[in-house]
Amino acid sequence: MYGKGRIIPALILFLGVMTSPMWYKSGDLSKLPKPEKPKDYKECVAPTAFMRTSHMVLLNQWRDNILREDGARIGKTANGTEYVRSLQNGCMKCHSDKKKFCDTCHNYASVKPYCWDCHLQPKEAM
Amino acid sequence: MDSKRRDFLKIAGLSAIAGIAVPSAFNSLLKGEAVASEHGEAAAANAAAGAHGAAAPTGKRWGMVIDVKKFAANPGLAEKCVSTCHAIHNVPDFGNKKDEIKWIWVDSFEHVFPDDSSQYKKPEALESMPFLTLCNHCDNPPCVRACPTQATFKTKDGVIAMDYHRCIGCRFCMAACPYGARSFNWREPRGKNADGQPFIKEINPKFPTRMRGVVEKCNFCVERLTIGQIPACVEVAAESKALVFGDLNDPASEVSQVLKTTFTIQRKPSAGTHPSLFYII
Repeated sequence: MYGKGRIIPALILFLGVMTSPMWYKSGDLSKLPKPEKPKDYKECVAPTAFMRTSHMVLLNQWRDNILREDGARIGKTANGTEYVRSLQNGCMKCHSDKKKFCDTCHNYASVKPYCWDCHLQPKEAM
Repeated sequence: MDSKRRDFLKIAGLSAIAGIAVPSAFNSLLKGEAVASEHGEAAAANAAAGAHGAAAPTGKRWGMVIDVKKFAANPGLAEKCVSTCHAIHNVPDFGNKKDEIKWIWVDSFEHVFPDDSSQYKKPEALESMPFLTLCNHCDNPPCVRACPTQATFKTKDGVIAMDYHRCIGCRFCMAACPYGARSFNWREPRGKNADGQPFIKEINPKFPTRMRGVVEKCNFCVERLTIGQIPACVEVAAESKALVFGDLNDPASEVSQVLKTTFTIQRKPSAGTHPSLFYII
């Protein structure tokens, strides 16, 4: 191979630079978001693993069910606690601090849900 | 194979006839069975597609009677209905007619009933009467047909509701509505005017706001109806009974009783929308 003395080190250097974001802080668990859970409530409407991955699906299902299918506005958790199937009047009752709960993960994952364009967070200063 | 052109054409023709005739014969047989079974069943089956006559109404259909005389007798009541509704639903006040958002409003007789044919010799009192008007929650809503995203739809109780998540702001529904009951958010409802005053004076934390670029309208207080309350405007007017709200399909309901005993008119009946609002003038 012609010029392998320069091409191979350059390729290695290139790969190193390209993958540097992965090496940099890899395995640093302190960088993971830690949403603040409500202190007064121990149980959510669904298991944590499901809520972590699919809360947005659940919210859409609540909306369509209540609005279009005349579904119940009140739900029950596995332990029988009643809750309002609503983001603004349900979720935010326990998760009362949007900044410490919603925003920590959303900022980490760089997702910008448009919930708050219309829905109000508790005691929002307008 | 030794086949002649004549034989081939005969077979092809027979196959074509069989191919057309057999399925259609089957279809007409199947339809005949369906009709027979429909006759066997009671009136419920007649409601199925294809049956003649209108189906008997089932379920709820919310409706309202607006007694304009009583509003005229209680000055300020109509305005109070408007302000209460707009306050609990976080309806912004942009301070000008062009951007105005209204769920319920007060207008003149000529504007509410523009197709009234009695142009001459109208009672003078009509001029000053406050005509409270809102979304008619039509039985045959043109806005729902016009909406390309199904953001606006009819609930099973006859309320024309909106899912603001789906509204793309095309305003087809506004063009379709014969009553001007829909408003478009030209400006950010949560914004402030030039003097730093917010467009929504006091936010109701129980109800969402809207965002710029969506159409909004009266929802007949579905959020209150589902928890057993009556619409806010009806509650405000409850004392004077200027608004009567109830189930039009229930012959025993108060609204049905009023409609049975009193002559009422509807807005633009010729539009064929079958409004759920009735006026006593």
